[in-house]
Amino acid sequence: MTEQKQKTQDKQEQPRKRKLALGGMLIPLLAIVTALVLGAIVIIATDVTVADAFGEGIGAGLVRSWRVISRAYSAFFTGAFGDPAQMYRGLSQWISTGDGTRWARSLYPITETLRYATPYIFAGLSVAVGFRGGLFNIGAEGQYFIAGLTTVFVGYAITDLPWFIHLPLALVAGILGGAVWAAIPGYLKAKTGAHEVINTIMMNYIAFRFAEFMLDVGGPMARGDGRPVSPVIQESAQLAQFLPSNQDIRFNVGFILALLAAWFAYWLLFKTTIGYEIRTVGQNPRAARYAGMSVPKTIVITMIVAGGLAGLAAATDLLGVLRFMPNAFSAGYGFDAIALALLGNSHPWGVVLASLLFGALRSGARNMQGIARVPLDITQILQGLIIIFIAAPEIIQALYRLRGLEKGEELVLTRGWGQM
Amino acid sequence: MEGNNLELQEKKRAQAMGIAFLVFAFAIVALFVPGTTANQRTTFVFMQADALPIGDLVFGSLAGLYALALLAAFMGAWQLAKGFKNVYVVLGVVAGLFVLAFLTWAARDKSMNLTGVLQSTLLRAVPITFAALSGVMCERCGVVNIGIEGMMLSGAFLSALVGSVMQSFWWGLFAAIFAGGLMGALLAVLAIRYKVDQIVAGTAINILATGLTSYFSSRYLQTNQALNSPPTFRPIAIPLLSRIPIIGPVLFNNTLPVFLLFLLVVGIHILIFKTRWGLRTRAVGEHPRAADTLGVNVFKTRYINVIMGGMVAGLGGAYLVLSSVARFNELMTAGKGFIGLAAMIFGKWTPFGALGASLIFGFSDSLQTRLAILAVPIPSQFLLMAPYLVTMIVLAGVVGQANPPAADGVPYEKE
Repeated sequence: MTEQKQKTQDKQEQPRKRKLALGGMLIPLLAIVTALVLGAIVIIATDVTVADAFGEGIGAGLVRSWRVISRAYSAFFTGAFGDPAQMYRGLSQWISTGDGTRWARSLYPITETLRYATPYIFAGLSVAVGFRGGLFNIGAEGQYFIAGLTTVFVGYAITDLPWFIHLPLALVAGILGGAVWAAIPGYLKAKTGAHEVINTIMMNYIAFRFAEFMLDVGGPMARGDGRPVSPVIQESAQLAQFLPSNQDIRFNVGFILALLAAWFAYWLLFKTTIGYEIRTVGQNPRAARYAGMSVPKTIVITMIVAGGLAGLAAATDLLGVLRFMPNAFSAGYGFDAIALALLGNSHPWGVVLASLLFGALRSGARNMQGIARVPLDITQILQGLIIIFIAAPEIIQALYRLRGLEKGEELVLTRGWGQM
Repeated sequence: MEGNNLELQEKKRAQAMGIAFLVFAFAIVALFVPGTTANQRTTFVFMQADALPIGDLVFGSLAGLYALALLAAFMGAWQLAKGFKNVYVVLGVVAGLFVLAFLTWAARDKSMNLTGVLQSTLLRAVPITFAALSGVMCERCGVVNIGIEGMMLSGAFLSALVGSVMQSFWWGLFAAIFAGGLMGALLAVLAIRYKVDQIVAGTAINILATGLTSYFSSRYLQTNQALNSPPTFRPIAIPLLSRIPIIGPVLFNNTLPVFLLFLLVVGIHILIFKTRWGLRTRAVGEHPRAADTLGVNVFKTRYINVIMGGMVAGLGGAYLVLSSVARFNELMTAGKGFIGLAAMIFGKWTPFGALGASLIFGFSDSLQTRLAILAVPIPSQFLLMAPYLVTMIVLAGVVGQANPPAADGVPYEKE
C-alpha cells in the first residue's frame, strides 16, 4: 500500500466507521422485518377463512387477511411485551390501593420474554464463542441436556448446605457438565480433524438418549413415583425469582448472571491473551500456528468455554424456573442459539440484543398459538429466514435498494471438512 | 526428516493395528465367555419368506466364541509379525468377528434369524444411503451440504401430502424429488450466488425446513388425516432371483425406491467417474480456477449438481414415507441426514463407499431392535446410542486419511 493511499484511507476512517455502525444495525433490523413480513404471508396463506373470503371477492379477502394478520401479530405483541391497557390499569390500582397483584400479572408477558432470553443469552454466547474460534458448535442442545443432569443432581442429592455454597456448586456442576460434553468433540477435532459439526450433532443424540436413560421410570435419577422426572432440587440450590409472591412470573436472578456472562465473554474474547488466541485461530489457524500458538489446545479451550456457557443455560433454566428435570423435553435453545450468534454477529452484546428479540419471539409466539391458533413452529420459519437474510445481506440490499453499505467485520465462520 | 517421520508414523500405526486386533480377541473372551456355559447352543437361522429352504446353523456357543477369538488373535499376531497389505480390510474383518461373537453370545440358547437381520440392515441403510449420495453429489463439485436433513424432511412432507391428495405413490415420489430439488436450489443460490458460508446456509435450510414442515403439518395434516395417508409402495419380488437363499429375500424382494437406490448408486458412480460431466464436476470440486480456465462453467456445474443432490435427498424422504411408515411425522428424519453425511465421509466421497458405510450404520441400528427382542441386559437407550457412537468412532479414525475435494466449502469467485 502506498503512502498516499494510506493517507486517504485514514481520512475516510471516521465517516466510514459511522456508516459501518449504521449498516451493522440496519441489515439485522431489515432482516427481522422482512422475515416478519414473509411470516405474515405464510400465516395469511394458510388461513382457511382467508381463502373463503377471497372466494367472495378480492376486497373481502384483503379485509379478512388484514384481520387475521393483525389479530395474530397483536397477540404476538401482547404476548411478548404485555398489554399496555392492562398494565396501565394494574399500575393505577397499585398506586391507589396498594394492591400490586394486578400490576404484577400485567407484567407477566415481558417477564416471560426476559426469562426466555436468559438461557438464550447463554446458549447464544456459547455458539458465538465457537464461531470466534472458527468452530461451529451445533452441540449446545446436547450440552444443555448433560449440564441439566449434573446441575439437577447436585441440586437435589446434596442436602443441608447453606445456599451460598449449594447454589454455586450446582451452577459449577452445570458448567462442568456442559464443558466436558463439548470438550469431547473439541478434542476429537484437535487430534483427528473429525469435523465438530457432525460430532456435536452426534453428541446431541447421545445426550438425549443418556438423559432418557437417567430419567426414565426406574432410571438412576428418576423420582421413583412412576413419573419420568428427577426429584425437585433443594431450596438451597434454587435461583431466586424476582417476584416470589406471583409463582407464574418465572423471571429470576439467572438473567443477571446471563448479563454477567456476556460481559465475561466480551472480556475473555477481547481483553485476554486466550481470547486473542481464540480469535486468531478462528480467523487464520495457519497464521496462529506460525505465531507459535497451539491450535489444538486453543480448539479444546474454545469448546470448553462454549460448553460451559451452554451448561449455564441449563443450570439457570432448571435452578431458576423448572427446579427439576423432566424426561424427553425439547428445550430447543441449542438450535436457536445458532441464529442468535449469527444475528449478534458473534459479539457478546449483539448476542444479548438478539436473545432479547428471540425471547420476545418465543413468548409472543406462544400467545399467538393460544389466541390466534397459529402453530408455534412459525418461530422456526422466522428464524430460518433471519439466518438466511443475515448470512446473505446482498438479498436485503437488493430488496431495499441499499447501496454503498460497507460490509461489517467479516468473520470466518466455518471451514470445510478436516481443514484446520 | 519429514519422510522419516512419516515412515515412523506408518510403522507405529501398523503396530497399533496389530495390538487393536489382539484387544478385540481379548475382548471377545473377557466380555462374552463369562456369561456362557459349556452346554449352551447358538442357533442362526437363514430361512426367510418364500426363498428356497436352507438349513439352520447350530453350534456350541462357547466353542464358537473361542474359535472367533482365536481367529482375531491370529490376525493380530500376523499383523504384528508380518503385516497385512490392506490393513483396513482386515480391521473390518476383525470388527466383523467381534460382532459375530456378540451375536453368538446374545443368541445363546436362543435362535436369531440372520437373514432377517440383513434384511432390516438394508432397509435401515436405505434412507442413510440416499442422504450420503446427496452429499456425494454436492461435495464432489465443492459445495458442503449440511442441509440434507432439511431436504429429506421437505421431501417426506410433500410426498405425504401430494401422495395423499392424488392417492398415488408416483405423485408422492415426484413431489419429494421436487421438494428436495427446491431446497437444493435454495442451497445452491445461497452458496454460489451469495457466497454464504455453506455450513451456515445448510443449517438455515435445516431450521427453515423443520419450521415449514412442522407448521404445515400442524395446520393441515394433523387436522385432516386424509391429507396424511398416502398409498405406499408394495414390495416387488423379482422372479427366480428372490428365491435364492439369503441374498434373494434381502436384495431382490424390495419396494421400488430400494431398487431405485441400487440404480442410483451405480448411476452416480458412473456419472462421477466415467462421464465427461463427472470429470468436470470433480475438476470444479478440486480446483475451480483451473476448471474455469479450461472453459468449464463452474457456476453452472455447481448449480446442477447441488440441485440434483437435493433431489436425491428428497427421494430419501419419500422412502421414509412411501415405503415404510405411510405417513408424515414431524421431525421424522431424526438425524438420518447427518448420519448420511458421516457415511459419505466414511465412504470417502464415493457412491459405493457411501453405501457400504450406510450398511454399517443400518446394521448397528437393526441390531438394537433384535437385541431388544432377545432381552439382552443392556438398556435400550444405550443400544440406540450405537449408531451415533459408531459415527464418531468412524470419523475419528477415518478422517485422518480421508481427502475431501480440495475446494469443498469454498465459494468460487470469478476474477
